[in-house]
Amino acid sequence: MSTDVTAKTPAPAPGKSGGGAAGGGLLQLVLNGLRSNMRQYGMLIALGLIVALFAVWTDGDLLLPRNVSNLVLQNSYVLILAIGMMLVIIAGHIDLSVGSLTAFVGAFAAVLTVQHDVAWPVAVVLCLLVGAVAGSVQGFFIAYLGIPSFIVTLAGMLIFRGMTEILLEGQTLGPFPDGLQKIGNGFLPETGPETNYHNLTLLLGLALIVFAVFQEVRDRRRQKEFSLDVVPRNLFLLKLVLIVAAILVVTMLLASYKGAPIVLLILGVLVVGYGYVMRNAVFGRHIYAIGGNLPAAKLSGVRDKKVTFLVFLNMGALAALAGLAIAARLNAASPKAGLNYELEAIASAFIGGASMSGGVGTVLGAIIGGLVLGVLNNGMNLLSVGSDWQQVIKGLALLAAVGFDVWNKRKVGS
Amino acid sequence: MAGPVLEMRSIVKTFPGVKALSDVTLTVQQGEVHAICGENGAGKSTLMKVLSGVHPHGTYEGEILFESDTCEFKDIRASEQRGIVIIHQELALVPYLSLAENIFLGNEHATRGLINWNDTLKHASELLRRVGLSDHPETRVADIGVGKQQLVEIAKALSKKVKLLILDEPTAALNDEDSDKLLDLILELKKQGITSIIISHKLNEIRKVADSVTILRDGQTIETLDVKASDTTEDRIISGMVGRDLDHRFPERTAYEGEVGSAPALEIRGWSVHHPIDQQRKVVDDVSIEVKRGEIVGIAGLMGAGRTELAMSVFGRTYGRYAGGQVFKDGTEIRTKTVPEAVRHGIAYVTEDRKHYGLNLIDTINRNISLSALGKVAKRGIVDEQAERRVSEGFRKSMNIKAPTVSEPVGKLSGGNQQKVVLSKWIFAGPEVLILDEPTRGIDVGAKYEIYTVIDQLAAQGKAVVFISSELPELLGMCDRIYTMAAGRLTGEFSRAEASQESLMRQMTKDKEVTR
Repeated sequence: MSTDVTAKTPAPAPGKSGGGAAGGGLLQLVLNGLRSNMRQYGMLIALGLIVALFAVWTDGDLLLPRNVSNLVLQNSYVLILAIGMMLVIIAGHIDLSVGSLTAFVGAFAAVLTVQHDVAWPVAVVLCLLVGAVAGSVQGFFIAYLGIPSFIVTLAGMLIFRGMTEILLEGQTLGPFPDGLQKIGNGFLPETGPETNYHNLTLLLGLALIVFAVFQEVRDRRRQKEFSLDVVPRNLFLLKLVLIVAAILVVTMLLASYKGAPIVLLILGVLVVGYGYVMRNAVFGRHIYAIGGNLPAAKLSGVRDKKVTFLVFLNMGALAALAGLAIAARLNAASPKAGLNYELEAIASAFIGGASMSGGVGTVLGAIIGGLVLGVLNNGMNLLSVGSDWQQVIKGLALLAAVGFDVWNKRKVGS
Repeated sequence: MAGPVLEMRSIVKTFPGVKALSDVTLTVQQGEVHAICGENGAGKSTLMKVLSGVHPHGTYEGEILFESDTCEFKDIRASEQRGIVIIHQELALVPYLSLAENIFLGNEHATRGLINWNDTLKHASELLRRVGLSDHPETRVADIGVGKQQLVEIAKALSKKVKLLILDEPTAALNDEDSDKLLDLILELKKQGITSIIISHKLNEIRKVADSVTILRDGQTIETLDVKASDTTEDRIISGMVGRDLDHRFPERTAYEGEVGSAPALEIRGWSVHHPIDQQRKVVDDVSIEVKRGEIVGIAGLMGAGRTELAMSVFGRTYGRYAGGQVFKDGTEIRTKTVPEAVRHGIAYVTEDRKHYGLNLIDTINRNISLSALGKVAKRGIVDEQAERRVSEGFRKSMNIKAPTVSEPVGKLSGGNQQKVVLSKWIFAGPEVLILDEPTRGIDVGAKYEIYTVIDQLAAQGKAVVFISSELPELLGMCDRIYTMAAGRLTGEFSRAEASQESLMRQMTKDKEVTR
């Protein structure tokens, strides 16, 4: 989650004092834990480092409440796409059409609400439907006709981009009704007594902390019940402290500006929901199975075609959601919207630990990967690095992340 | 014999955490065929990698003498220059290049970077003739069978002026006919003065071609035997490999005492399957078999007999095109058009190719075991991870899967343990009929025994077991009845008492010439 941004170095001190007896061994424990879960934590640490670096270079501007809020708004749609893309890549496929599809859905929304005065909630539903249909048509070709996803979605990329221009007749269309705009750049409403902070956001943060701690404690108890190896008590406490601290910091940052952006809430729901599905649902399991070894999954009775179809249907719906968020944020539908977003989403997934051959990756990984790119973008903007160098640096970041992963895997493997 | 051509003295090779070879000594005489055998993990392949320079000099201890010179190979190229060529189990041919291109790959007949095609083709066809192939050198590798590909590998080795040819389980993927051809070729090359080392699991093969055999166990040389000597029996070699006498290669059977039922648990009637691409060819032709509860029924056949094709076709039409036939379960006809349907009717198929069709190697033991019956540990589409772990932990213990926890990736396990995972997965699905396709292929003797025990237990619980195997002793030791198949057709049925290797083999080779 975006809250992981700050889960870096500041906490060992409180952790130590809380740990009590085994103070000296704690560092060792942490190091061991990190070493055995390099894949999981490597990117998180990298993200922490990038945040820290840019925070220093920008004299703290990166972590100003207003900028954090901006960072979320700027990157939300890439993160939404990255979630769907992660599923597609885990299933062993790729989707090149999502950038064009976001533009097309944005255009469709504009045509509905601006030209035909359709009520915005109806338009939202219709747009999501159009995305799902677009995704399922591609899914049909890929799953049931067996055409490689690279080809199908490359065609989709051209088709949707073209259809966007046809719909908009090459023009930019706007502005959107207020309700729709809120999806892209709205915040939670102000309520309650006058504090210096945004009350609802504070409440939400508090609820999130309670929920997270409850989940962690319950997981641990269950694992123990089942006599599995559990993390040592000290380490567990440290983890809890880090989680709470991270949520708290982000909550306070957001609450001291305009509060939590609505799109962040949407994103939060998506992350928790998709994370849960990929971890715990039969459907998620089947996605990993077909990506990991398709013939074996087939012979195990996994309905591989249906799963593939649904993965693309889902990607289409998420692309539609991202398209709405972009259009709403820009307050206009443009024929050039969403250009190269598919590449950013794919890069996010790979930075976040996906494998080219499928079967590997997590939703949280996609988010971390997306945030690495997002923070790089935002930080370099603050430092007024030109877009020429920004692209070079982002390319290098992708190469470094995947290169590190490959190297690390080889080291573990030998 | 003209004295030793190769001596490997006190070879020690350590990988992080494991000692793969501890003090191995190997002496190969000039001009002989020398077999190396041992259980999986005994260190055979590692030894050959040390010899061929895959593990370069300096990463192992000990001494290698080839033609009386001390050798310190730093890579494969160096060993090939001395005339030592290794042919790995997984063939290293490029499928879409021609035979000629493959033979001279990395060693092209070229002048100033441009390939001299006339020269290449001429030499290639000479080499192909030497290994007994009449195919045109411009044929693509993808268009010839595995047996011929193996011969192309040998032609490639010959092009490198080979003096010592190392073959790592060369016949593992071949049918008997191709195997015979290959073994004959090895004997032919021997006449031409080429020394061979052959790693093999198949004792009859060793008897056929080898002059001497070195047995490895746990990274040590146990002994070197003269194959032609009268006291070198198969049992002698096997006991050397496992370190114990193998009086009991098969466990004691406990009979199933429950209700057998009036109708067979599974009956396949008149089943036919067309080849997936070649519509004219019937791969399975009008086959009818049945198996009762508590019974183990074997299907014997050579490669290409249609056993796997029959099983996979019945199991959710996962092979070829259905061309007629019915399946009955306990006397009622059932539909098995898809895998989920077959599973719902209590049929399980354990594949012969666990790495490609059986397991998701990058995933954990836990998730592999639960995959075929996730619904059993899930409620409304959500997996209960605790219940899942309880199940797989149970299997880890009962099946003796050697892994610290069930969170271990399956890819890290040895073949025998992987096979146990595949079996667990299908036992967990709760089938009444299990079709086991080569369940002991490529696993060591100890693990085989454990698998046999599991199969016996399944039968004792009243499951109907169909046991497909290419190893006749295994079928004879395990089955109540044995069917034989040849060229897609059922050619015989034997009770345990009637069956012998000879009688089975006679039926397995029947009709072969008619269909070709």
